[in-house]
Amino acid sequence: MKLLFDLVSRLGQPVTNTLIKLGFAARFQLAILRHSATALLRPQLTLREIWFAGVLSVLIIVVSGLFVGMVLALQGYDTLQRFGAASSLGILVALSLVRELGPVVAGLLFASRAGSAITAEIGLMKATEQLAAMEMMAVNPIARVVAPKFWGGVISMPLLAAMFSAMGIFGGYLIGVQLLGLDEGSFWSQMQGAVDFRLDVMNGVIKSLFFGFAVSLIAVFEGYDAPPTAEGISTATTRTVVTSALVILALDFILTAFMFRGV
Amino acid sequence: MPLIEFENVSFAYDDTPILRDVSLQIEAGQLVAIMGGSGSGKTTLLKLIGGQLRAQHGRVLVDGIEVSRLNEGELYQLRRKLGMLFQFGALFTDLSVFDNVAFPLRERTQLPESMIRDLVLMKLQAVGLRGTADWMPQALSGGMARRVALARAIALDPQVMLYDEPFTGLDPISLATVGQLIRELNDALGTASIVVTHDVAESLAIVDYVYFLDQGQLVAQGTPAAVRTSTHPFVQQFINAQPDGPLPFHKPAPPYAQALGVQA
Repeated sequence: MKLLFDLVSRLGQPVTNTLIKLGFAARFQLAILRHSATALLRPQLTLREIWFAGVLSVLIIVVSGLFVGMVLALQGYDTLQRFGAASSLGILVALSLVRELGPVVAGLLFASRAGSAITAEIGLMKATEQLAAMEMMAVNPIARVVAPKFWGGVISMPLLAAMFSAMGIFGGYLIGVQLLGLDEGSFWSQMQGAVDFRLDVMNGVIKSLFFGFAVSLIAVFEGYDAPPTAEGISTATTRTVVTSALVILALDFILTAFMFRGV
Repeated sequence: MPLIEFENVSFAYDDTPILRDVSLQIEAGQLVAIMGGSGSGKTTLLKLIGGQLRAQHGRVLVDGIEVSRLNEGELYQLRRKLGMLFQFGALFTDLSVFDNVAFPLRERTQLPESMIRDLVLMKLQAVGLRGTADWMPQALSGGMARRVALARAIALDPQVMLYDEPFTGLDPISLATVGQLIRELNDALGTASIVVTHDVAESLAIVDYVYFLDQGQLVAQGTPAAVRTSTHPFVQQFINAQPDGPLPFHKPAPPYAQALGVQA
């Protein structure tokens, strides 16, 4: 009987812990939103974060986008050719990127490149008492540090996803047209005809906005919540990347189900 | 009226009591040391003044205002009267020395940039580090970082200064420099200053009054001269650095022989 009790309580413990943490995260999100006005009224604070989270991620996003697009073209050409539809390669590349791979892969890269950095920076600021010092100077660290980082991430993410898709399409063009010799005109015109602005492009942008929101919140929360020790910050950084990846993939499924159901 | 007043203050984390029935008063212009071993509740005492923690019993008054009753906005208002020096300085590592000292001025005043520049240079001059204005905090030694943090803490001429272990990890020269600065700034600004420390020699040399804190209770107090001649066993142990005394060398534990599994 006691064994059963222990088992149940051992199952329950992580659940309650998770619920408590979710509650903290929700209240934290509210606090960020409440202090966002102060942060956004001073755009140079958010611009600085866009520089660190966004601009410095451009290189990895551009290079990865290019390679993903090239691989898509190689794989797609191989399959499409069997059905004599190789000229539709442009459609395949563009739709895959704009609808799915752009937002999702850019989101995953963003979480590991920028999200981890945000968590580590906030965690270290906490461990070295910089956040406490700010509080004692009557400056709210959520308004001064957290909210700008959050909005910097939210703003950067859709732009990075768009860059990723654009580079991917360019990569597909390089392989499809330049290497495999598809007709350039039909590559672009078929793509233009098949990609719908609202259904495909806008839905991709909406996805990347959701991902940017989720990753930024996870990153700032894990940093703010990290125990102020070396081990605490390393765990928090890992957790940012892992949680972000899972949340992006789960969100992607849910959003896709809503957006493209029965189309 | 005292600037800082504790009236029978008690504080506990969960079930662990940290402070028990602490009462003390600090006037403007007074420099007071709170001494005690590690874990005696010294830092908690500072956090109660700054409102980072709230007293569960008793009252903490800063300039006549009860800290634990304030909401967030009022608390931030109150903190404008406080300056705090953190143990390792807590300088913002992404800002230069100049920008660190300018931070409270830029965040909390509407002063024009030219005036902020003058003020920052004056504060840095006061701690002797005007020459490092363009440095990044990583380039500073421990003692210099502490002095820059001091310049930042006094940027807005606070009425109350709180020092959390200001002497920890400093070489003898830096230690004496920081000690002297604390005394001089206190006298020049007329602040009420609290130095939380376990550095006996340095603090007895600079402060006006000393409180001894042991396991959350004030066990002794007096002027440095009185403390030096005190026969109180705890004070004796503390200022003569004896390993054993009222503050035991051994943490309470089951009998030694029993723990080792042998017959006594």
